Amino acid sequence: MLENYLPIMVFIFLGIAFGVGPMLIGYLLGPNKPDKEKNSQFECGFPPFDDSRMYFNVRYYLVAILFILFDLEVAFVFPWAVVQSDLGWFGFISMSIFLFLLVVGFIFEWKNGALEWE
Amino acid sequence: MMNTFQFDTASLLLALPEIFLLSAIVVVLLLDLFLTKRFKQVTYYLTQASLLITGVLSYNLIGHPETVIFSNSFVLDDMASVFKVFMMGFSMVAMVYSRHYLTQHSLFRGEYFILVLLSILGMMVMVSGYSLLTLYLGLEILSLSLYTLIAIARKRSGAIEAALKYFVLGAIASGLLLYGMSMIYGISGSLNISDISAFASDANLGARETLIINFGLVFLVIGIAFKLGAVPFHMWVPDVYQGSPTSVTMFISTVPKIAAVAMLVRILVDGLGAMHAYWADLFMVLAVLSIALGSVVALMQTNIKRMLAYSTISHVGFIMLGFVTGVVSGYGAAVFYVFVYILISLAAFGIIILLNKEGFEADQISDFKGLSKHSPWFALMMLAVMLSMAGVPPFIGFYSKFFILQQVISAGFITLAVVAVVFAVISAYYYLQIIKSMYFEDADKDITISAPMDIQLVLSINAILILVVGIFPDFWMKLALSLF
Repeated sequence: MLENYLPIMVFIFLGIAFGVGPMLIGYLLGPNKPDKEKNSQFECGFPPFDDSRMYFNVRYYLVAILFILFDLEVAFVFPWAVVQSDLGWFGFISMSIFLFLLVVGFIFEWKNGALEWE
Repeated sequence: MMNTFQFDTASLLLALPEIFLLSAIVVVLLLDLFLTKRFKQVTYYLTQASLLITGVLSYNLIGHPETVIFSNSFVLDDMASVFKVFMMGFSMVAMVYSRHYLTQHSLFRGEYFILVLLSILGMMVMVSGYSLLTLYLGLEILSLSLYTLIAIARKRSGAIEAALKYFVLGAIASGLLLYGMSMIYGISGSLNISDISAFASDANLGARETLIINFGLVFLVIGIAFKLGAVPFHMWVPDVYQGSPTSVTMFISTVPKIAAVAMLVRILVDGLGAMHAYWADLFMVLAVLSIALGSVVALMQTNIKRMLAYSTISHVGFIMLGFVTGVVSGYGAAVFYVFVYILISLAAFGIIILLNKEGFEADQISDFKGLSKHSPWFALMMLAVMLSMAGVPPFIGFYSKFFILQQVISAGFITLAVVAVVFAVISAYYYLQIIKSMYFEDADKDITISAPMDIQLVLSINAILILVVGIFPDFWMKLALSLF
């Protein structure tokens, strides 16, 4: 039973080694001579003129969340489309109900003004 | 291949209450969007109508032989139907009380009712869940709606804190529950409750299989204890109860308890009933700790919502005691206790909401001072509610405790019963304290009850039921017993 999980463990260790290994080798073997210029941020050759942690409009956040919601539905639609010919009417009606509920959500957000920019 | 994917009309009819409620939610949601401010009350009436029709549809399914549909993931039996009918009834009462509170505090919004309906849909899925996945799905529909419901008072920092705390701890609880489910699935090879039951009750179960089932079992029990709010997984209960708007507190503390108990019955009794000896030990510890901590800590509260939160914790302890017994009559007593607890709790919160006025949040025990002079009728009701919570005959709260203790004693746990009784006596102190404030202290502020007739009427019926069912507890008790 437990030996079935051996490949997974091997995979985990390989994955960690693959990520950590090169960085570790680079750190250990590479020459390390820091100076002020090398440690400052690289911004297309210009001297940096702003902090990268700046304020941004909260609307982006709302749009991003709504985007995620409706983007994820595609994750269901793709596998469904592949096997739709086997599922027949059952699959079609099920997916129609699912998409209908999403449309209801879409009407809700539209009517509530979540899509208005100003 | 084609034949396996067919709509079976007969099985769709068995899920009619759920299908109807989902359709009703869609209609109410869309209609609410296009209603002008003058007609916002329509959402409320439609919500009540949807609950009523769903309740009637569930009622019609009572007596239907146990049937498992939707690829073995959804069960329709008497327990499911009766629980659904009770859920609808209690929710309708809760909505009557809620409306008054929401209008007083300008929180009346269509979304409130939509979220309540959605959470009820989640509870119905939980009650009928016959695979670990369905149960989890229902739990998530319920929890996500409740988190949002608390945050509907988004201008109150207390409500935001409560919602966030509930969300984070609820997520941890769901994670633990899922981990337990994955262990059970890993060893039994099925998510289906009856398959798990067959696997767990196999006489030739090896030591290693038993070990892994127990490992998963511990996480399942922790997840369920989190959702019920049993000590030591109760940390969220007082803060969430205090921070939420009172109408949401009322809803959270009542109806979802039925769903949590249903999940407990499905997973632990129906699924892992063969492992009773193992989980009963865990339940014993949880129950005693809950009763003790709930009774003692409530003594020091000045906020009535917080006090009721600790009182809920001790009631949950009693419910869990019923499951320790491991006999059908014990489970029946526990279900009876849940119904009774919800009936009393609704009345208690109803009276708190009754004292609310525009811009005034009544949530201190001192707000009850001198109530008997201004409104003897509602003071009398609060008296009935508090005596019932304390477990004084002839009120219903006495019988619910009595049945549990009777079962615990006949199962041979004398010590448990003694501990429970001692702490029940201690807890009587803070219930009596409220009665003392109402009858023997003078009001330090103006109390006028300006609630509309509907809430006064429903509240009166609710409180009278506490007495009536207390005098004739047979019917409810037989009903609760017939479910197992």
